[in-house]
Amino acid sequence: MYAYDEIDRTLVNERVSEFRDQVKRRLSGELTEDEFKILRLQNGVYLQLHAYMFRVAIPYGTLATNQLRALAHVARKYDRGYGHFTTRQNIQFNWIKLAELPDALEDLAKVGIHAMQTSGNNMRNVTSDQWAGVAPGEIEDPRIWSELIRQHTTLHPEFSFLPRKFKIAITASDHDRAAIKIHDIGLKLIKNEKGETGFEVLVGGGLGRTPFIAKTIKQFVHGRDILSYIEAILRVYNQYGRRDNIYKARIKILVHELGIEKFSREVEEEWQHIRNSSLQIDDEVIEDIRSRFTYPAYEKLPHMPDELRQAAADPDFEAWRKNSVAPHKAQGYSIVTISLKPIGKPPGDATAEQMDALADLADRYSFGEIRVGHEQNLALPHVAKRDLPALWKALDKLGLATPNVNLITDIIACPGLDYCSLANARSIPIAQELTRRFANHELANLIGRLHINISGCINACGHHHVGHIGILGVEKNGEEVYQITIGGRADEGAVLGTLIGPGVKFDEVADVIEDIVEAYLALRERPEELFMDTVKRLGVEPFKERVYATR
Amino acid sequence: MTSPLEQKKIKIAGPSVVTANRTWDGIVVYRTAAKGWSAELSEAAIVRNSDEAKALLAESVADDVGAVGPYIAPVQVGADGKIEPGNLREQIRRTGVTIGQQAQA
Repeated sequence: MYAYDEIDRTLVNERVSEFRDQVKRRLSGELTEDEFKILRLQNGVYLQLHAYMFRVAIPYGTLATNQLRALAHVARKYDRGYGHFTTRQNIQFNWIKLAELPDALEDLAKVGIHAMQTSGNNMRNVTSDQWAGVAPGEIEDPRIWSELIRQHTTLHPEFSFLPRKFKIAITASDHDRAAIKIHDIGLKLIKNEKGETGFEVLVGGGLGRTPFIAKTIKQFVHGRDILSYIEAILRVYNQYGRRDNIYKARIKILVHELGIEKFSREVEEEWQHIRNSSLQIDDEVIEDIRSRFTYPAYEKLPHMPDELRQAAADPDFEAWRKNSVAPHKAQGYSIVTISLKPIGKPPGDATAEQMDALADLADRYSFGEIRVGHEQNLALPHVAKRDLPALWKALDKLGLATPNVNLITDIIACPGLDYCSLANARSIPIAQELTRRFANHELANLIGRLHINISGCINACGHHHVGHIGILGVEKNGEEVYQITIGGRADEGAVLGTLIGPGVKFDEVADVIEDIVEAYLALRERPEELFMDTVKRLGVEPFKERVYATR
Repeated sequence: MTSPLEQKKIKIAGPSVVTANRTWDGIVVYRTAAKGWSAELSEAAIVRNSDEAKALLAESVADDVGAVGPYIAPVQVGADGKIEPGNLREQIRRTGVTIGQQAQA
């Protein structure tokens, strides 16, 4: 866990007072909506279909139990008893009242949570690997660098009025769980031949109406230079980025139009002016941040404790363990992913009761720490293997032990037309129907790893372009129509999916997905060949044929 | 969302209302004939041509303290005078999400 210092606490508290005054002036009519809009957006407040929506940051996806309880409290006291975890390590409350927002922010500030960098044309909440600090084989904990960037960018005037929003993600593992290639800047922590820590820097990734996979702009930037290098990128973006056309304002468009070579040269030139400035980071700064992250005092525990051996006789426990439990860097411990994708429920939602109960379980079994992943699931990062059977029983009682992580029912979905003012079509009901169609865990396991991503409009908050199967809802002649892509992925091998044909109606989507899955099961050469491997081997044609032959 | 300014250029195709979100709590409201806001669609002022729509929208935009983001939305008016939303988005705004009990008040 990271402990805020006095500067952070003061900043967060002052921000609450400032927003309280702004809300008061808005409600009295002293501020018009036009004047107020940018202020509320800078505090995570959107206006959606039914009400204001309040988006709270969970920097690099790390939560302490008192913070999760505070989120539960906000859900219960100011909202309708639940929250929605997003694809960028935030949580959203959908029914918040503007008049009560300052109180909600104040309650969150008491535990060091805020809503800065969750909306507006600024540097957004820096995201990272939800397994940071515990994943075996990791270079080092990427949250240290995430926190450095968070501190540098929060309220930074040069990053507060950018042409458009700007997102950074960091990973330190070979397997990318932070989706860095679909971010404006993606950072991969690496070591050079001298053993020094630095980053491979990628730039220009993003989804939305013009999707691009990020390109490597520099193979190695030393850790001490990362702030100046990021700033150089931002300066080039600030200088050339399109402010006249919202659809061309993201850095991905600039990188695409300039070309990565020219863009790199511009950045390099800018960087030479500032790399030896005060932006160069002293080792002490990094060490100070490192010292503010506390790590559990792991015990020396057996690899296979008796509790685990005995519980292995229970097939339900084994199904969950095989699906949701991952290796930990410390012997005798595990990382447990908690699926927020129960069958028939909205992906990523958790009730206040579930949040409170999870906080209790994290105190008991995970050294008081919870993680949030971009797949809209949670994780307990430090669970002793001997505690896995007891934890599973407790999670099962809460409806949080669905063994579907990375399977077909582990669907990423945006709020869609049920909540979002930008959406053209519903996402959540499509996800709910698909989870019911594939509710049988044996079937889901037979299918194997398969990610379905659903977006309710071209803005692509559900990351449909990089779903193994992507579903995009659009509106045509007043009706919801869904375009299907296949073959996308968001990890280290990130690639955009390919459209398979004309859109299909709301009621047909689940049938189409079933057809695609049936085609895959018939086409795969062996059970180990994953959906993505089959698509790679055969292309989209056989799937297209199957879907449209009878439609 | 289409801005009120852009909507001024739009000709309405049938009976319409002006809808927005109430400023202090964000709930869905409709402009009434009495120059106020109501959470009930049945109390909404109905406009049937673009001049009426433009006028109702203008007075709604002017009431910036009462409600946020007003825009013209289509409705259907039954033979009995009952008003129903004219599209799925407005149906969802009126009756709530379509995703089950978790999201109910």
